[in-house]
Amino acid sequence: MNGAADMGGMHGFGPVEPEPNEPVFHADWEKKAFALNIAIGCAGIWNLDAFRFERESISPPEYLNRSYYGLWVVTLERMMLKYGVATPEEIAAGRPLAPPKKTPRPVTADQVATMIRHGSPYDRPAPSPALFKVGDRVRTKNNHPTTHTRLPRYARGRVGEVVRIVGCHVFPDSHSQNIGEDPHWLYTVRFDGRELWGEDADPSVRVAIEAWEPYLEPL
Amino acid sequence: MTHDHHDDHHHSHHDHGSDLTEMQLRTRALETILLEKGYIDPAALDELVDIYEKKIGPRNGAQVVAKAWVDPKFRKLLFEDGTAAIGSLGFGGRSGNHLVALENTPTVHNMVVCTLCSCYPWAVLGLPPLWYKSAPYRARTVADPRGVLRDFGVELPKDTEIQVWDSTAELRYLVVPMRPAGTEGWSEEKLAELVTRDSMIGTGLPKQPKDLQ
Amino acid sequence: MNGAHDMGGMHGFGPVEPEPNEPVFHGEWEKRAFALTLAMGMPGGWNIDMSRFARENRPPGDYLSMTYYQIWLAGLIDLMKERGLVSDDEIAAGHSLRPAKPVKRVLSPADVAQTLHRGGPTARETNSKAAFAAGDKVRAKVINPLTHTRLPRYVRGRVGVIESVRGCHVFPDSNSQGLGEDPRWLYTVKFDGRELWGADTDPTLSVSIDAWEPYLVRA
Repeated sequence: MNGAADMGGMHGFGPVEPEPNEPVFHADWEKKAFALNIAIGCAGIWNLDAFRFERESISPPEYLNRSYYGLWVVTLERMMLKYGVATPEEIAAGRPLAPPKKTPRPVTADQVATMIRHGSPYDRPAPSPALFKVGDRVRTKNNHPTTHTRLPRYARGRVGEVVRIVGCHVFPDSHSQNIGEDPHWLYTVRFDGRELWGEDADPSVRVAIEAWEPYLEPL
Repeated sequence: MTHDHHDDHHHSHHDHGSDLTEMQLRTRALETILLEKGYIDPAALDELVDIYEKKIGPRNGAQVVAKAWVDPKFRKLLFEDGTAAIGSLGFGGRSGNHLVALENTPTVHNMVVCTLCSCYPWAVLGLPPLWYKSAPYRARTVADPRGVLRDFGVELPKDTEIQVWDSTAELRYLVVPMRPAGTEGWSEEKLAELVTRDSMIGTGLPKQPKDLQ
Repeated sequence: MNGAHDMGGMHGFGPVEPEPNEPVFHGEWEKRAFALTLAMGMPGGWNIDMSRFARENRPPGDYLSMTYYQIWLAGLIDLMKERGLVSDDEIAAGHSLRPAKPVKRVLSPADVAQTLHRGGPTARETNSKAAFAAGDKVRAKVINPLTHTRLPRYVRGRVGVIESVRGCHVFPDSNSQGLGEDPRWLYTVKFDGRELWGADTDPTLSVSIDAWEPYLVRA
């Protein structure tokens, strides 16, 4: 979707301001917001792409005025409602008003390290050979789905070069909609900065993105 | 606009007579609900925070870079198969299942961004700093990387090619900066002290030997 | 600039909500903000394109959180401050703290009706010939200036057809920066919805924009 999350190339945000000796978290609630999201994310109720879709669905003014973990909290609330983990009344009350439908099996402390070490690989067996090879010139499609996609607006309808065949990966556009993993070939595609930003752009800049095969057409 | 990163501007409806901020209250409500329904184990939350606050951080990545500086065989594998090479040092897993190392050279400088959100190689760098997740960084890096570098006080030669990598999938990138001159014969441990977090994202350069004095 | 104002094609803002029996203004302050902005145009000496840039040139999170007349006021304040007509301490105090800077003219009550009647025509005489004619296929250039432009992001790089030639008009990209009126030929360009938004788009949709000649190349 073309939400506030898709901000590559926008102007007006001001300079980047690194914080010297920045701590990992800036407040205790941030620690909770982080850990809650990771722990519940591993409970198998929703997948990471569905979570990302919900986060970018937050209205642009709210998205741009929330802090980073503030967005995580708002998204978690919305996901709990969407997936029937809690009711609006429970969120308002700040406590459960009824037992859960199914008995959950939470991640336990002794499972955490293994869970992190394992991660969640996104590569899958390929159902068919890759359409493109390294060195091919491709054009990204100019699509504007209202659902989740990982093709940023600034890279749509642009010509680039395949520089890496990554493998066959879970397709977030499908996965986020809970219609299966729908794996597709994934490529690293590199663009000249002038192709993305116009002929006045710095000629020494190149930008690479990861693009699934359905995003691309041959030239 | 004030950028208050520690809490949000929106006022809560339930903060009357309380010093708790909106986010403290909302987070606490979610935690209570999930805990009482049995979806989470509170000890698991503590363990998650502990790991990312104390165990996984940029020192992991610094070890990878330092090894790449001294061990040609490792370096070759690192650029061929980042996941395998970095896995051989015991790093990988969450936000690090598919790792790609990017080689800085005298002619090419790499920078990593996630314009859509905050994808970052947790397995080797820990959780990202605020600036990496901020709108200015996400918006500008793909279009004006030299301007962003200037925000960090880094000026590169005009003819250096700037290669920006926008992390739109589950690949996670680690920049391998160039080894500073005057470090011949140094141990991996000592070299690792030169490797800053920002130099592995591409917004900084490694420390010089004189910086360690 | 690629600011928050350039929102064509964005998702997540929710439905359009018409207000039944909507009044012209929603509060006394809106009337004052409106009138102040119009009245200050004469003594301030800025042009319409400068005031548009002043409005769009603010952090996207702020822009999207402000109401329409809040943005007008913020733009007016910036324009006045740039020209030394008011300063921050005066705005904070809500009073004039030092003598006024001399200006050419102040809008008098007697001038109002005539000023509005005259409006601000932007058509200019020219000896140059228009590069394009109705029916020509053109591509909107990929440009991403940090300064004011009237070419929205959603049409950049897209192919359309010249619908009509509108004459030679003041060029906002120059005029907004105080570089003179720099009049250029202006065209209405029509784009098929599928060209703008992808193959799945409603085939009955077309979108026309007004585009100055420097925005276009022959396709």
